[in-house]
Amino acid sequence: MGYQILEKRVLGPDSHLLVVKASHVARSAKPGQFVVLRIYEKGERIPLTIANSDKEKGTVSIIFQVVGKTTQHLSSFNEGDEIYDFLGPLGTPTEIEKFGCVAALGGGFGTAVLYPLVRALKSKDNYVIVVNGARNEKFLILEDELKRLSDEYYVTTDDGSKGFKGFVTDFLRHLIENEHKKIDRVFAVGPVLMMKSVAGLTKKYTIKTIVSLNPIMVDGTGMCGACRVEIGDETKFACVDGPDFDAHKVNFDLLTKRLQMYKKEEEICLAKIIQKSSGE
Amino acid sequence: MNGKKITLKKTPTRKQNPLDRAHNFFEVALGYNLEEAKEEAKRCIECKKPTCIKGCPVEIDIPAFIKKIKEEKFLEAAEILKKENPLPAVCGRVCPQEDQCEKVCILARKGEPVAIGRLERFVADYEAKEKCQNQSLSKSSPEKTGKKVAVVGSGPASLVCASELAKKGYSVTIFESLHEPGGVLVYGIPEFRLPKEIVKREVEYIKSLGVDIVKNFFVGKTRTVDELMNEDGYEAVFVGTGAGLPTFMYIPGENLLGVYSANEFLTRMNLMKAFKFPEYDTPVKVGERVGVIGGGNVAMDSARVALRAGAKKVTVFYRRTRNEMPARIEEIENAEEEGIEFLFLVAPVEYMGDEAGWVRKAKLIRMRLGEPDASGRRRPVPMEDSEFILPVETVVVAIGQNPSPMIAKTTPDLEIHPRWGTLVVNEKTGATTKQGVFAGGDVTTGAATVILAAGAGKNAAKYVDYYLQNKEKQGIWEKLI
Ligand SMILES: Cc1cc2nc3c(=O)[nH]c(=O)nc-3n(C[C@H](O)[C@H](O)[C@H](O)COP(=O)(O)OP(=O)(O)OC[C@H]3O[C@@H](n4cnc5c(N)ncnc54)[C@H](O)[C@@H]3O)c2cc1C
Ligand SMILES: Cc1cc2nc3c(=O)[nH]c(=O)nc-3n(C[C@H](O)[C@H](O)[C@H](O)COP(=O)(O)OP(=O)(O)OC[C@H]3O[C@@H](n4cnc5c(N)ncnc54)[C@H](O)[C@@H]3O)c2cc1C
Ligand code: SF4
Ligand code: SF4
Ligand code: FES
Repeated sequence: MGYQILEKRVLGPDSHLLVVKASHVARSAKPGQFVVLRIYEKGERIPLTIANSDKEKGTVSIIFQVVGKTTQHLSSFNEGDEIYDFLGPLGTPTEIEKFGCVAALGGGFGTAVLYPLVRALKSKDNYVIVVNGARNEKFLILEDELKRLSDEYYVTTDDGSKGFKGFVTDFLRHLIENEHKKIDRVFAVGPVLMMKSVAGLTKKYTIKTIVSLNPIMVDGTGMCGACRVEIGDETKFACVDGPDFDAHKVNFDLLTKRLQMYKKEEEICLAKIIQKSSGE
Repeated sequence: MNGKKITLKKTPTRKQNPLDRAHNFFEVALGYNLEEAKEEAKRCIECKKPTCIKGCPVEIDIPAFIKKIKEEKFLEAAEILKKENPLPAVCGRVCPQEDQCEKVCILARKGEPVAIGRLERFVADYEAKEKCQNQSLSKSSPEKTGKKVAVVGSGPASLVCASELAKKGYSVTIFESLHEPGGVLVYGIPEFRLPKEIVKREVEYIKSLGVDIVKNFFVGKTRTVDELMNEDGYEAVFVGTGAGLPTFMYIPGENLLGVYSANEFLTRMNLMKAFKFPEYDTPVKVGERVGVIGGGNVAMDSARVALRAGAKKVTVFYRRTRNEMPARIEEIENAEEEGIEFLFLVAPVEYMGDEAGWVRKAKLIRMRLGEPDASGRRRPVPMEDSEFILPVETVVVAIGQNPSPMIAKTTPDLEIHPRWGTLVVNEKTGATTKQGVFAGGDVTTGAATVILAAGAGKNAAKYVDYYLQNKEKQGIWEKLI
């Protein structure tokens, strides 16, 4: 009765790609949408972006980074295993038009979100500059795919082990200030701090910037309000009103805080699962 | 005790001791045993013109089923109940009887009414046990009509509508967005009031009728109503998506950590079993002092769940007085017995937090009761300069839910009420403004009751059937709307 994993790929030390059989989801999925899944009976519901979908085969790909209990547990799943629940596609699809020159910045798990986004941007004839950021070379994912899809492709690493040394924001500044690129729109997906600093920079240059927010979610269908974020003076539910929002209006500090809500409980759970897997 | 004279009081129901039950999730009211049920049944004087029936939204033949209890024909009693109400085990437990059947029972004029709800529960539980032992679910499968009907949501309205249609020979598929069917019965109402086993039993029964339940399917996103009808071959759709959109007050500090909507709090607890964390992965935060905003069933449930999850002090903040509280009386009394505190005639105006963003204090304002409002209850009016501050570590906002907007948003021809967001339907037939689409339950009424939802589902099924049988005839839809 579950949703079978047809393929599993390890993309990096903490990054995995799963191809899951879920034809209902594949049939309707659009870029920017996500699924909420639950991997076993006692599991939590977590949101993951739809990285790719194939209507014919009825499959959906997800890419996730191991950050806590569920993602750790999921990383132990193999081809043939089943995911208990797989609900989607959720959220409002990313608004894609011909913007002109678009910079798409990804950091951490955000790179997974970039992949369907860049493809959709290209299908509308945009000129796409991709900046793929990671802690260091080892953590870079989807390099070939993004290089192939984009018009310009750059890498930044915090430690300089590959590409530009620094954060994606620093590189974006470099593109704007030193290379005088005329960028019409920016998409930034990744850790809150990265999205916040990109927003700060592009606000200065009045470049419209879209971020994909990642608050904690439960149902993903608009019935609980766990995912509330502040956009301008308004409270929005990221799972139905988003996850994409105008970066210049987002209250990032609130998002950062709300993501910390279960820090203690997450540690307890993670310890439990690590203990269990090392005991086996 | 068995004298001719009718006792003024209901036969008491045994309950778990308040001190024990405040720390567990087992059912609070234990229900009548056979002797108690018979004892209570005797109190019914079988009125010639029974007023009680009119008080029940689905008009159960109350004296008839009670008579069967007197005669110890419990299964026949169950049949009578089920003729009008397919969910007696649920309704016997959660109906606001004091506002419905029991309110107008003749005995209520002098003393306490017949405990109709408790008797209903007894009969339903008795029947379930018998059936379980005999496994004699003799189902004569009806002739198939070859027509497909989609039912959206799996709350009481949908469950009942689906079972009625299956019994009429339709191929029925329920589409539910959550990972478990039952609607509010599984994610909202807690275990200690409505054991999930009972909901499961109903769901299993409906499956046994051949109804297909597809979970993890969010209609509007996974597939739209139009796609279901135009591409997937469903000739009619019943929308029973409930009122699941939480309301906030939009006051300063409401997005602080530790401030929950009741829906989130209860979903984490009931559906995700956060009270069993870390055995279950989903966490919930319950501080020592919990403030619950509201005065309905949802507020009572939130408060009592918080207590069971380890809170030291739970206070319900309600802007009117105890008399106006919409919650079931029995649950208010249970909450009081368990040590929940109530602060009446107050409303929060602001929450204040610490550096990390956690709620620490609530600023409340005192209210007085003014003129009656549209609901007939006296409107609370804030009193100037009456603000005061109380410490809280968790706040649960339980001030009401609105209809879930997704279906209306994604189905262009469905009309909604401009103010309430409810789907516009013909009250008699449940027909919406879109041909072939019916609706019932909270999505058409706003947050209401299980029995009203069940009744609406049953009623709509009748007209879905009528529509599908006569679909080819000219002007048939116009007759329904
Ligand atoms: C719309 C959306 C799309 C997402 N897409 C992806 C994706 O494609 N790939 C991917 O790797 N991750 C994605 N995330 C983040 C992913 O949901 C979390 O990493 C995941 O829930 C963590 O679960 P866990 O049990 O492993 O970690 P936990 O142990 O629960 O938490 C570990 C840490 O992760 C953070 N966290 C917890 N819950 C969430 C959450 N719901 N969202 C974000 N951070 C969280 C917290 O800071 C927490 O301290 C997405 C989040 C959202 C809201
Ligand atoms: C905490 C709480 C306590 C209550 N206590 C009582 C009580 O004691 N007595 C009483 O009589 N009433 C009580 N009620 C009210 C009662 O539960 C509701 O009136 C009743 O459940 C409404 O039934 P429904 O079938 O209309 O919808 P719901 O029970 O709300 O079910 C709707 C279902 O539809 C699903 N859904 C929504 N949108 C979609 C979609 N687009 N696609 C697929 N599925 C969807 C939802 O996930 C949900 O499962 C209580 C309510 C709450 C919240
Ligand atoms: S369904 Fe509710 S209102 Fe009707 S008789 Fe039973 S308890 Fe009373
Ligand atoms: S009104 Fe009361 S006493 Fe009369 S038939 Fe109904 S339940 Fe019995
Ligand atoms: S996750 Fe529940 S409303 Fe968004």
